[in-house]
Amino acid sequence: MNARVVIIIGAVLLSFGAQRCNGQEVSRSSAWTRTTISGQGQPKGYVQFENYCSMCHGPGPGQPGTMALQAKYKGAEPALLADRTDLNGAVIKAYVRNGISIMPIFRKTEISDANLDLIAEYLTRNNKK
Amino acid sequence: MRLPPGVSAGDFSAAIKELESAIGKEWVFTSDEDVNLYRDSYSPFWHENQEPIPSAAFAPDSVEQVQAVVRIANRYKIPLWTISTGKNLGYGGSAPLLNGSAVLDLKRMNRVLEVNDKNHYALVEPGVSYFDLYRHIRDRDLPVWIDPPDPGWGSPMGNALERGGGYTPMRDHFDAHCGMEVVLPDGELVRTGMGALPTAKTWQQYRYGFGPYMDGMFSQSNLGVVTKMGFWLQPQPDAYLSGSVTVPKHDDLTPLVEIFANLMNSGVVQATTTVVSPLAYSRDPELVKLRASGSTRDLEDYAGQKGIGYWSVSLPLYGPEKVIAAQWEYAKQKFSAAIPGATFRDGASYKFPLTEEQLTKIVNPVPFGVPSLQTFSIGGPKSQGHMWFSPIIPMTGEAVIEAQSVFDKVAQSLGYVTGTTGFPIWNFFARAFVIIYFFPIEHDIEKNRRSREIFRRLIKTAAEHGWGEYRTHTAFMGDIMDAYSFNNHSLLRFHETVKDALDPNGILSAGKNGIWPKSMRKAGA
Repeated sequence: MNARVVIIIGAVLLSFGAQRCNGQEVSRSSAWTRTTISGQGQPKGYVQFENYCSMCHGPGPGQPGTMALQAKYKGAEPALLADRTDLNGAVIKAYVRNGISIMPIFRKTEISDANLDLIAEYLTRNNKK
Repeated sequence: MRLPPGVSAGDFSAAIKELESAIGKEWVFTSDEDVNLYRDSYSPFWHENQEPIPSAAFAPDSVEQVQAVVRIANRYKIPLWTISTGKNLGYGGSAPLLNGSAVLDLKRMNRVLEVNDKNHYALVEPGVSYFDLYRHIRDRDLPVWIDPPDPGWGSPMGNALERGGGYTPMRDHFDAHCGMEVVLPDGELVRTGMGALPTAKTWQQYRYGFGPYMDGMFSQSNLGVVTKMGFWLQPQPDAYLSGSVTVPKHDDLTPLVEIFANLMNSGVVQATTTVVSPLAYSRDPELVKLRASGSTRDLEDYAGQKGIGYWSVSLPLYGPEKVIAAQWEYAKQKFSAAIPGATFRDGASYKFPLTEEQLTKIVNPVPFGVPSLQTFSIGGPKSQGHMWFSPIIPMTGEAVIEAQSVFDKVAQSLGYVTGTTGFPIWNFFARAFVIIYFFPIEHDIEKNRRSREIFRRLIKTAAEHGWGEYRTHTAFMGDIMDAYSFNNHSLLRFHETVKDALDPNGILSAGKNGIWPKSMRKAGA
């Protein structure tokens, strides 16, 4: 076993050790969802959209984003962002970073640039080329 | 690069270099593009020069990194403004009160350190949101409830430190906390309660430890950076039942609230509800006219004709199915005996846990310990934000009627709202009511100026009547602290003495709740 392997094993053990507190597993995740979202079989960016957008822009009752887009387009465009085929990635990013109506600004410690890129990719996946 | 007040460009650059090496270059934000993300999305100063804009933001990931940031800030006298998840929308969001403060953003510290479903408590870091804690519990199928406030993306720690409220029996969030870890303004680390015992086994079970109880001084304050906090959780109840009581006459409010207070204070009812008038919000033109100019008698007649009642309160009951059914029966007997014409209606009932299918059908699941963002539909689809006027008033019918009338006169004199029952009354906290009144924020300078004027008038009027706000937007913290003025502002002077002793360089959250460091304090204030 060379020194490099020992260091890697040491680092793995250390990170495992850091993941327990009072004998309990420590969880570390950040998402505005009620359950952990699986991305299996889903398009790229689905998990990030679900994690950061779906509690306002998802289906079902009490979704402020969906309600606002329904009021704005009155059915001319889908109220569900994930069903749209006309969104522009740059505009999505501008809304997330500047806010729009009741939707506030989102900081990079909440939604990283990398995750925002994935969200934009997901929401433009069905656009006509 | 913007500069914090009183810090030279050379010093700020040197500090930034030190901060970058302490917490990582990626987590020190200084470009306008990055720092503008910390603006208050619902600022009542939108498009005005008065809007406080930060100079930078620092996002540490560990307690040691928080200590390093605080020590560097002390060396260079950089004012910091601490946020947890930064979602305190309606109360300042992630923006500082003092223009040019650097935001200490704790969102990355998002570890759920422990959830105990036998003794029913949790230990979390500041960046954990209600969604994160809920998900941790749900993914592990633990039979405990959290108590979210309306917006679920906020921090249990941040909300409790701001003394926010929720809807279940654990609704008073500061009251439900147990144990803190705090970085003091000089970078020293302390643990409160049993946490001061290095081998503590009951940090989240017994609050007080030994000696003076210090936790209160870290709530609504600028005396430390809380980096861990424990909370008591509710064991998942068996069932829920709500029943509403409606009474026909204006003066029935007095016995209605008296019995309600008795039920609350005896523990028969344990959760948050609101006392409303069915006459308050309907846009029926006849009713709008009666609200503006009719007598109490006219409104009673209208309520009688329409069969809607003058006042109503819905009682939320949580617990074993048979027990809550008996509590509802008991409550009905009490109201019936005291108020002729009182009527009762059974509301929703649930058994827990809720299935996923049930959950998707419930518009507002917050009273069942389930976080949501549904509240942001408030104000309609064109809303651009809001803030809240929230005075504490006595839990009596007389006080409710007086407050409605006093605040309505202020609002009407400024042409703002009409109606005599439009200030919603809640029992987020034991023993008193709190009014939570919605102020829209718009990207319109004149409208926002007007709102601020009305807000300040309401604060003054409330204080004249003995009512003070429990919490407020950063824009009004000074005004409200100014109203808590017993004995020539002796409480504020006491806060200032403590502030000067713990934070002589004034680096933590200048101006928070009206408390300024010595160097920025107005002479003779």
